[in-house]
Amino acid sequence: MSSGERTAEFLKLDVVAGSISPPAIPDPWVLPSRGRTGMIALIATETAFFTIFVTAYVFYIGKSLTPPYPHDVLSYPLFNTVCLLSSSLTIALASRALSSGLIRRFAILWFITWALGVEFLIGTGLEWHRLIYHVGLTIRTNLFGTTYYSLVGLHAVHVTIGSLAIALVMTLTLAGAVTQEHAERIEMLSWYWHFVDAVWIVVFLTVYVIGAR
Amino acid sequence: MAGSIDDRFPLSVRDSETASAVALPLASRLHEWVTTVDHKKLGLMYIGGGLVFFLVAGLQAATIRLQLAVPNAGIVSPQVFNRLLTLHGTAMVFLVGMPILTGFFNYLVPLMIGARDLAFPRLNAFGFWLWFFGSLLLYFSYIGGGGMEGAGSAPAVGWFAYAPLTETPFSRGHSTDYWILSILLASVGSTATAINLIATAFSMRCPGMTLNKMPVLVWLAVVDAGLMLVALPPLSAAQIMLLLDRYLGAHFFDTQAGGSALLWQHFFWIFGHPEVYVLVIPAFAFASEIIPVFSRKVIFGYEVMVAASCAIGFISLGVWAHHMFSVGLTPAGNAFFVTSTMLVSIPTGIKIFNWLGTMWGGRIHLRTPMLFAIAFLFQFLIAGLTGIMLGVAPFCWQLTDTYFVVAHFHYVLIGAILFMIFAAIYYWFPKATGRMLDERLGLWHFWLFLIGFHLTFDTLHFAGLAGMPRRIYTYQAGRGLESFNLIASVGVLFQALGMIVFVFDIVRSLQSGKLAGKDPWDAWTLEWSTASPPPEYNFEEVPRVHSRRPLWDLKHPEDPDWKYE
Repeated sequence: MSSGERTAEFLKLDVVAGSISPPAIPDPWVLPSRGRTGMIALIATETAFFTIFVTAYVFYIGKSLTPPYPHDVLSYPLFNTVCLLSSSLTIALASRALSSGLIRRFAILWFITWALGVEFLIGTGLEWHRLIYHVGLTIRTNLFGTTYYSLVGLHAVHVTIGSLAIALVMTLTLAGAVTQEHAERIEMLSWYWHFVDAVWIVVFLTVYVIGAR
Repeated sequence: MAGSIDDRFPLSVRDSETASAVALPLASRLHEWVTTVDHKKLGLMYIGGGLVFFLVAGLQAATIRLQLAVPNAGIVSPQVFNRLLTLHGTAMVFLVGMPILTGFFNYLVPLMIGARDLAFPRLNAFGFWLWFFGSLLLYFSYIGGGGMEGAGSAPAVGWFAYAPLTETPFSRGHSTDYWILSILLASVGSTATAINLIATAFSMRCPGMTLNKMPVLVWLAVVDAGLMLVALPPLSAAQIMLLLDRYLGAHFFDTQAGGSALLWQHFFWIFGHPEVYVLVIPAFAFASEIIPVFSRKVIFGYEVMVAASCAIGFISLGVWAHHMFSVGLTPAGNAFFVTSTMLVSIPTGIKIFNWLGTMWGGRIHLRTPMLFAIAFLFQFLIAGLTGIMLGVAPFCWQLTDTYFVVAHFHYVLIGAILFMIFAAIYYWFPKATGRMLDERLGLWHFWLFLIGFHLTFDTLHFAGLAGMPRRIYTYQAGRGLESFNLIASVGVLFQALGMIVFVFDIVRSLQSGKLAGKDPWDAWTLEWSTASPPPEYNFEEVPRVHSRRPLWDLKHPEDPDWKYE
């Protein structure tokens, strides 16, 4: 009897004896939620998108043929930065409050987050107003204008989208429609907001620190 | 190979339950398709839409070959030729390749992992309609491209749309805008699909299907989607910059104001090279399902196959500048991109050996899908070899912008990808429609297309070596190019005949093809355990799996796969 035949014989006996059963499937069968995997994928693709705009910005640092140049007209938007970064903290606390079922606490923190986001947009608007009307820098002025308004503008678009989403949740909260069971969705929205904040750190370093030396 | 195995499928529904398709009025049926969020319907809409654009863009290619069949032909003017060239290239990538391949993933991934739909069905419908209207915009440019000034028609800037040709002074009217907006919409749609596929594969698998037990096709769908996530945004970003240039007077690619035309090339090819892999990885995926079934063996080296696919995806992100050797990169840049290009051939070679290893010692059934798959193996090998040749910078300097390059990438796009699309259509048509395609017409289609393909594209390699440049609308007699071009154009006739047979076969089989049953190929993955076509909810009862070949386990309880995995 060859070894192959022996194995076959052995297996057959095993089946007859009924001692073979498939490995157990864990019960309950738990996989990461689709919201989480979807949001991670969205953040990955957004990261690639921003990378190209940051690359273009860095590529064109110091290549403007005409003034104004960054170090002459840019100043650190510190208050804006502090506001946006603290909104990451408030949204994290809000998300945690909701998952513990503390709706009132959630609503207050959520409103603060929204207010901080809107403040950031107002601050950016004021900065642009100064640059356009007092300095005379527009997107057509030079390469600095082109890349500055594109990169900062792209980020501001993302803050705007985030603020709108936060406002929508705020409205639903005031209507009493947001409960503990929505905690995971709110957490996913907070992930997006954290991403937008993280992008701001990169934009800040690129535009106001490295690019304006 | 078909057999009555219904009684052994506890996790499926009977054909009779879905066969009772009541004839609804046309408006209701249309309404059903337009409002659907079902992954199978959307998948078929992607594939059907892609095939329609394939015929349109194929006719444009045929016109190009007709114009080039003889020297000094005057069938189309130079402007019209450039438009044909641009729309043919753009459409074949974004309106044909992407939708057909994502359509297959849409259709198959939930079925193969035992899920009832993709993770985000409405996002899926959103992505489809973005793609659909984006695609219409591209061809609408023939009507709207002139704009108020009446300057221009369809875009004539090549599918790569190099700056500064696309800047306002050189590209009047709206032709370039249609190119930008159409592709921008299609890309956002594809990104939505990619997010959906990843979330589905990681979050929707049926009980027992660990990552290690996913069918190879699903693994490759994940790699493909991951590649789309990082490869499409560079193009979208660059297109938005171009729009800013054209409409707000920005200077990204405006060389007069210090902008860089080279930067567009970098951004385009950071997208463009991974895009090749976005298109070819689905072909690998089909081959990895079809070759085992028709060799009656498990896939050889599952883990290595998956690892090689991940490696291909990763390396392909770092090779883009091999499309740009002739712009004059630094020697260090050239050396880097030559090396990284060579590296891709290692995991790719592993895959070819694994498919051969799967066939080795198997009982090979030469049905139509397998014929296309075998042709794919040979043609993909040749395409890879000419790719290695072109990946060597000095060789590329000699042959860049010749028909050798055209022949090389058509070998990939047609010889590998299109052949595997045909294989996949023959293989999964019975699942999607409940009817078999005709085996004899399949043979005619296969041989006509194979002969036509080789007549056209083998010959074009030699035209390129003889120095024929790309993108020219005609050439002079007496330069040794006539016979190559004539043979290449005759090849198109064979391909067109093959396509006619194929379309006829589809139309006829939809009406009167042999009934397929749920498992016509005696296959092993979950989609064959449910009815053909599957009901809207896919599985009556969510399956539980114990191995990579759950249907093998069901059909062979005495010798299940899970004992060996």
